[in-house]
Amino acid sequence: MNNHSMITFMRIVKAGGQNFIRNATLAIAAIAVMVITLTIVLFSVVANATFGNTIKQITDKIDISVYLKDTVTDEQRNKLVSDLKSNGNVRAIDYVSKEQALEAYKKQNEGNLDLLLAISQTDNPLPASLQIKPNDPNKIDNIKTYLEKPEVKELQSDETSYSGDRKEAIDKISQATSFFQKAGLVGVVIFAMVSMLIIFNTIRMAIFNRRDELTIMRLLGASTGFIRGPFIVETVLYGIVAGIVSVTIVNGLFSVASTAFDASSLGLLDIKFASDYFARHFWTILGTQVGIGVLIGAASSLIATRRYLKFKSSK
Amino acid sequence: MILLDRVTKVYNRSNTALDRISLHIEPKEFVIIVGKSGAGKSSLLRLLTREERPSSGKIIIGGIDYDKLKDRDIPLLRRKIGVVFQDFKLLPQKTVFENVAFALEIVGYGNKEINHTVPRVLEIVGLTGKEKRMPMELSGGERQRVAIARAIVRQPKILIADEPTGNLDPKHAWDVIRVLEKINRYGTTVLLTTHNQDIVNRLKRRVVTISDGRIVSDRANAEYHSR
Repeated sequence: MNNHSMITFMRIVKAGGQNFIRNATLAIAAIAVMVITLTIVLFSVVANATFGNTIKQITDKIDISVYLKDTVTDEQRNKLVSDLKSNGNVRAIDYVSKEQALEAYKKQNEGNLDLLLAISQTDNPLPASLQIKPNDPNKIDNIKTYLEKPEVKELQSDETSYSGDRKEAIDKISQATSFFQKAGLVGVVIFAMVSMLIIFNTIRMAIFNRRDELTIMRLLGASTGFIRGPFIVETVLYGIVAGIVSVTIVNGLFSVASTAFDASSLGLLDIKFASDYFARHFWTILGTQVGIGVLIGAASSLIATRRYLKFKSSK
Repeated sequence: MILLDRVTKVYNRSNTALDRISLHIEPKEFVIIVGKSGAGKSSLLRLLTREERPSSGKIIIGGIDYDKLKDRDIPLLRRKIGVVFQDFKLLPQKTVFENVAFALEIVGYGNKEINHTVPRVLEIVGLTGKEKRMPMELSGGERQRVAIARAIVRQPKILIADEPTGNLDPKHAWDVIRVLEKINRYGTTVLLTTHNQDIVNRLKRRVVTISDGRIVSDRANAEYHSR
């Protein structure tokens, strides 16, 4: 950029800033709607990450328990393990022997003397088991098929446990998440359109209010960019302000919420994770919010000025 | 400098504002265009500043052929022509100095040049000492002189003054006319429209009379009697 166009650029920026201050009332309306839009965007992003985290935590706990008959030999067991390991969806297999199972059972029921007594009088009724952790809990069908082969089934003492109830919960969360994602997206699109319309109108009114000035500028030979530039600077400023305001609001909400709920988790809405996530990505979030605001502002003022500032001489 | 060849401007198919106007104006000339309201004076000036295009005919100003002028080059054309209007068209929120400086700002002059040039131009139009006044605080004649200062600050080859004295009392009107004469002496072609008989008669310049969209007379050192 040479000195000449640098001066012009600075003048455009200055004029845009002046307009922003002069049109304060109009600007507030436009900024308010933009803040709502950006806050929805922000909430969708954080909620999405939080639900994702919750799902991951729960799926980490999912496993398949295969209970083995007492008659199963080490050889048979090793073959079973190696067969399972060759399955692509198996992440890890833990072998729990009869003794370990008994220890775990005793530990679990430490307070319950009746149960402990009952078990001590028999010869360890608990079966040895294999704890299989799948990579993707939604695709355990092929593991299931293998386990249900007659020759494999034969080795098992009880019905295999698939953590069925947890699987159901996970499905529900997944559904909820995808619903929220879609609802968030629709909300974002609607509010982005509304805020563009309002900015569009703001610019149109600003153009109308200053039509004399614009006519004079044109008659004095001001270039299109010089006339249009300040309007675009003005709306870009809306975007920057709205981005900062929206991040400040959400930041405030999180600090209130995490004190109020003592950083605890409210079921699916893990506030602590959400506010950690927010704090960890603060600058990225701020940048993105401001970026989206600037984009919405610039796009709507470009369209508005194109439409309402005619740059051609009439025929 | 200015060449019009059979220029016709028709509005709405039936309303002919200008009918085959041919006019040749030499550099440094001072030409007065007279005619009643609605005769076509303003239409003619709007064609020269390219606010409108002619329906037919040729316009060449300062070597620029308007037929070949692209829309995006209109700002460049307007920077070469100074224009003064009957209603001044000053920016009300800017001071006298800022109004004149504005003409330089939009074409990218540096602040140093602006601070150097504007006071000199204000001196030419006799407004030294009023740099910080707002347009509202000035008399009509002073406002018009601000407008002239703004029109000439970029040293245009041509100055178009459209009824610059229309809103002024005789004393202020003559102040403005004296400034225009001064600018003309410095070498700028001046095109003045007026229907003030007194001004025309005392100036003794070339007078082009337009009536119903046609040039009905074009005489040097002429007098003018409106009827």
